[in-house]
Amino acid sequence: MSSTSTSDVLVVGGGIIGLVTAWRAAQRGFATSVVDPEPGGGAAQVAAGMLAAVTELHYGEQTLLALNLESARRYPDFVAELTGATGRDLGYRRCGTLAVALDADDRAHLRELHALQQRSGLASEWLSGRECRRLEPMLAPGVRGGLRVDADHQIDPRRLVGALMTACERAGVVFHRQWAERLTVVRERAAGVTTADGTGLAAGQVVLAAGSLSGRLGGLPREVLPPVRPVKGQVLRLTVPKRYAPFLSRTVRAVVRGSQVYLVPRESGELVVGATSEELGWDTTVTAGGVYELLRDAHELVPGITELPLTETRAGLRPGSPDNAPLLGPAQLDGLLLATGHYRNGVLLTPVTGDVMAHALTTGELPDEARPFTPRRFTAAELTEQPA
Amino acid sequence: MADDPFVLGGTTFSSRLIMGTGGAPSLEVLERALVASGTELTTVAMRRVDASAHGSVLSVLDKLGIRVLPNTAGCFTAGEAVLTARLAREALETDLVKLEVIADERTLLPDPIELLDAAETLVDDGFTVLPYTNDDPVLARKLEDVGCAAIMPLGSPIGSGLGIRNPHNFQLIVEHARVPVILDAGAGTASDAALAMELGCAGVMLASAVTRAQEPVLMADAMRHAVEAGRLAHRAGRIPRRHFAEASSPAEGMAHLDPERPAF
Repeated sequence: MSSTSTSDVLVVGGGIIGLVTAWRAAQRGFATSVVDPEPGGGAAQVAAGMLAAVTELHYGEQTLLALNLESARRYPDFVAELTGATGRDLGYRRCGTLAVALDADDRAHLRELHALQQRSGLASEWLSGRECRRLEPMLAPGVRGGLRVDADHQIDPRRLVGALMTACERAGVVFHRQWAERLTVVRERAAGVTTADGTGLAAGQVVLAAGSLSGRLGGLPREVLPPVRPVKGQVLRLTVPKRYAPFLSRTVRAVVRGSQVYLVPRESGELVVGATSEELGWDTTVTAGGVYELLRDAHELVPGITELPLTETRAGLRPGSPDNAPLLGPAQLDGLLLATGHYRNGVLLTPVTGDVMAHALTTGELPDEARPFTPRRFTAAELTEQPA
Repeated sequence: MADDPFVLGGTTFSSRLIMGTGGAPSLEVLERALVASGTELTTVAMRRVDASAHGSVLSVLDKLGIRVLPNTAGCFTAGEAVLTARLAREALETDLVKLEVIADERTLLPDPIELLDAAETLVDDGFTVLPYTNDDPVLARKLEDVGCAAIMPLGSPIGSGLGIRNPHNFQLIVEHARVPVILDAGAGTASDAALAMELGCAGVMLASAVTRAQEPVLMADAMRHAVEAGRLAHRAGRIPRRHFAEASSPAEGMAHLDPERPAF
């Protein structure tokens, strides 16, 4: 085995998180490489791209909320900078979100969310069913009320990942289109990876950003293995013909009898309907049941969707972590950093992740806003739980 | 409790609380809630997990040493339920199955006819069948007659948190059953679990009441205590209900409180 390439920073995984890390690292003057057989693929090709810090607030996730809000706040500048660097439109749409309830039970659930948002100092406005339907006339007559959240926007993740590829290339990032098979550890320090064809890629620092596959890289010492699991999501894409436009003018979502459904309308006419949440390993088949449930719930919410062409069905894998929050920064092994476990919030957390990782690569430390997300929070817990 | 064993399908458990995992906000919270509940048996929907996947719900149960009770949630026909149970037995190497055959998505109530049919088939096939059933004493008896190892009536619809809507039916089921009766579905808070145990249930099965609570770990702890308290109260025997008051401290035989003159 011989090293054919050496870089300052080697990023394992070329999804949005890996690419934004590589781009930011290259901007800081690091000689940067990305190893991925298909950079620009992965979950970003499936994700709907909701930037929903407020509507996706959950009990017990206030720490994550702070990071989500911080990233949402950075989004406009991030989009402007990336568009400036690439000349690409990212489909960033400051359209807001309307979360509605279809029956008394769902309404009570949404009322609770509203109260939690208010206690957390977030802006959202309660609307009657009639007011919801004035905003979005395609909504079903049965809508019983809703929450208008003007701060939850959207972006097209496919455009975002494409632009990040271009930005990386222009910043001099080198792409190795191969599988990273094993981490190379030299004198208790991460020193690079070996690819599937045996090529050695040496690096000063290695960033593991392989999404749901992050735990699968060979050669990781046990205490460094990130506790990340795949959580399957099936997503549909419909097209709104010009004669129906705009159809929907903002993201519309609901909990229909306990399951989440959302419709994200793009300026291009694409309408994304998602998403299932299934713990089925690395399986990415689209199932009849998945498509049926999404269409059933979406139809209950917006009956007119039956007239739209169904243009794509696809399943992707969210990188789930035990507490639903990402793992960012230095791992328990010198020279290794993690940027993974973003679960439902990868697209939202892209800007802040890029900044945090650049800071960590430069200084060896996490900036204040990212301290709660150190990967060490898990290794410490795991070690204390070992049976004697 | 050593003097009050809970035996289910030939296995003795010290906890009478059976947990479900659906609706948990995160794996970390689920893990802490399961620990707080003290459960030793937890049900998992076989259609919603991959038994070979690592780092998911089954790994958490494995790590905590909690037995897995596979269930057939999401099945609408006896045929689907039997198939799902067989796949679960193959994947998890257990004969235990919590049999659910749902009639419709709106109410998630059991389909009694399909349920009885599936129960009979699975018992013949060597399964230890724990059927999720309506709170119908006649159906409960028939399920027992075909060889089910327990009866698991609903207190109210799944996830509704409406508690036990017909305590009288529970009493009838408990009085006639020779197998354990376990409240399955409907518990919303601790008093619901305690009531089930006071009515003579051998155990309580719940998920949403904990996983969807604002503080799941606290609620799991509450449920653990409620099940224990209800069981103790059942064994202790409640006092009869009376129409009028009866002083708890009658005047006769009262302690003599004059410090100068000892009473005895």
